[in-house]
Amino acid sequence: MNAILSHESADIRAAARARVAALPLEELNPADPQEFVDDTVGYIFERLRREDPVHRSHSPIPGIDTYWSVTRYQDIMKVDTSHGVYSSENGITLMDFPPDDEQKLKMFIAMDPPKHDEQRKTVNSIVAPANLNNWQDLIRERTAKVLDSLPRNEIFNWVDRVSIELTTYMLATLFDFPLADRRLLTHWSDMATANKLTNPDAPEPEVRMAELRKMLEYFTRLWNERINAPPRTDLVSMLAHGAATRNMGPMEFMGNLVLLIVGGNDTTRNSMTGGLLALHDNPQEMAKLRANPALIDSLVPEIIRWQTPLAYMRRTAVVDTELAGKEIKKGDKLAMWYLSGNRDETAIPQPQRFIVDRDRPRQHLSFGFGIHRCVGNRLAELQLKILWEEILPRFKAIEVMGEPTRIRSAFVRGFSHLPVRIPA
Amino acid sequence: MVKVTFIDFTGETRPVEVPSGTTLMRAATDNRVPGIDGDCGGNCACATCHVYVDPQWSGRAGARTAMEEEMLNLVAEPRENSRLACQITLTDALHGLVVRTPEAQH
Repeated sequence: MNAILSHESADIRAAARARVAALPLEELNPADPQEFVDDTVGYIFERLRREDPVHRSHSPIPGIDTYWSVTRYQDIMKVDTSHGVYSSENGITLMDFPPDDEQKLKMFIAMDPPKHDEQRKTVNSIVAPANLNNWQDLIRERTAKVLDSLPRNEIFNWVDRVSIELTTYMLATLFDFPLADRRLLTHWSDMATANKLTNPDAPEPEVRMAELRKMLEYFTRLWNERINAPPRTDLVSMLAHGAATRNMGPMEFMGNLVLLIVGGNDTTRNSMTGGLLALHDNPQEMAKLRANPALIDSLVPEIIRWQTPLAYMRRTAVVDTELAGKEIKKGDKLAMWYLSGNRDETAIPQPQRFIVDRDRPRQHLSFGFGIHRCVGNRLAELQLKILWEEILPRFKAIEVMGEPTRIRSAFVRGFSHLPVRIPA
Repeated sequence: MVKVTFIDFTGETRPVEVPSGTTLMRAATDNRVPGIDGDCGGNCACATCHVYVDPQWSGRAGARTAMEEEMLNLVAEPRENSRLACQITLTDALHGLVVRTPEAQH
């Protein structure tokens, strides 16, 4: 069964590569969600890095329209570290909303200094080294429990039973959110990233906003409890007591909740699935890992590079400028395609190969660079490290039983389904 | 050659010697000194080469750049003598420099 599936998928890939090669350059549009469903966007990036690394791209999706695709590692680094030229204020995804549309969420990742720096500092300490040490045992205990509960000799969905379960547990812990209700966090995370314009199966915008308002109501209850109690170390208490965040309006609270929920959920979730798939697709790498489990330290950043769970971040030029010979006009939007930069052979040796003992595995773009660099990077790494430390001695094999189902999004690069079986 | 000493948070001391002109971050990563990651490769963009410069050296190590100042907002325990090692170039004037590495990087 496996062999037939990979054979079919090899045919689809060859056809996709030929199709991309035959397209006129100006028609290359990496923000097409179908390319992510089929996992063929890499062929577009391959061509853009070679022929037109900063590329004016056009999307037929209203609200995205025309944008620049930045595809090379060094150009992405330049944009990401020049926040005075390339602003985050117009949002971090390519979709534009009319001014004052409530769908455009206010969150600190979509702010420039100084407000960004002040709000970010409020939540920084929750993922500081001292706290990570405190959490290690709890993460390990929960990871072991989830793995021990998995069925044997039976096909199940790894995404739901492991990736979602573990990341949602973690998120509930960070918020000190009632554990019994933890799947609400998954639901709200899915709602937050849902977009009818890019995915016909997504809920209508009004439905989405209604669900996000329920999230706001739920968290406002928690906020009110905690603002009347002494400060604690959970994220809600930190926001409620933080000087830069305690006077946030409801919509700004909603935006920052979405940021923390999506940031702490979708990303690690998809690296947990992507890592399993990568090791299945590269059995020689799995063999290396089994022979030397100390390689987990380099496996983890390699998984995060390989998966690149957020495929891009958007910036908007605030002045006329120049990038790799292209004239960027004030107001133009750019996608820094981390997924492409992470496959750039001028920055990363053999980038198309998944290598568990790679040299300098941490030099990838998945966390972004500059002042918006992922705040939870070390926590994500810790969760993945513990997951693999618990998997290796526990299971001799986890068999991937069919093709994964990928999410219809050019932003969140991930999976909804991966059928696996653990032999008895 | 310029001699630099890294002292980690447990007090362990690691002296290294590098050619003049090397950055303090490269002095650590090229010699596999633990406690310095340098994830961005020296672009002042990740705050994973945070060090505390020994007070008697802080004058000679120079001042923080504006970008460095912003990136130091990300580190867990910034102090007055916090610097990013990628922003310090080792010259003969810094021969004998002593820096401490934090318990963990951003």
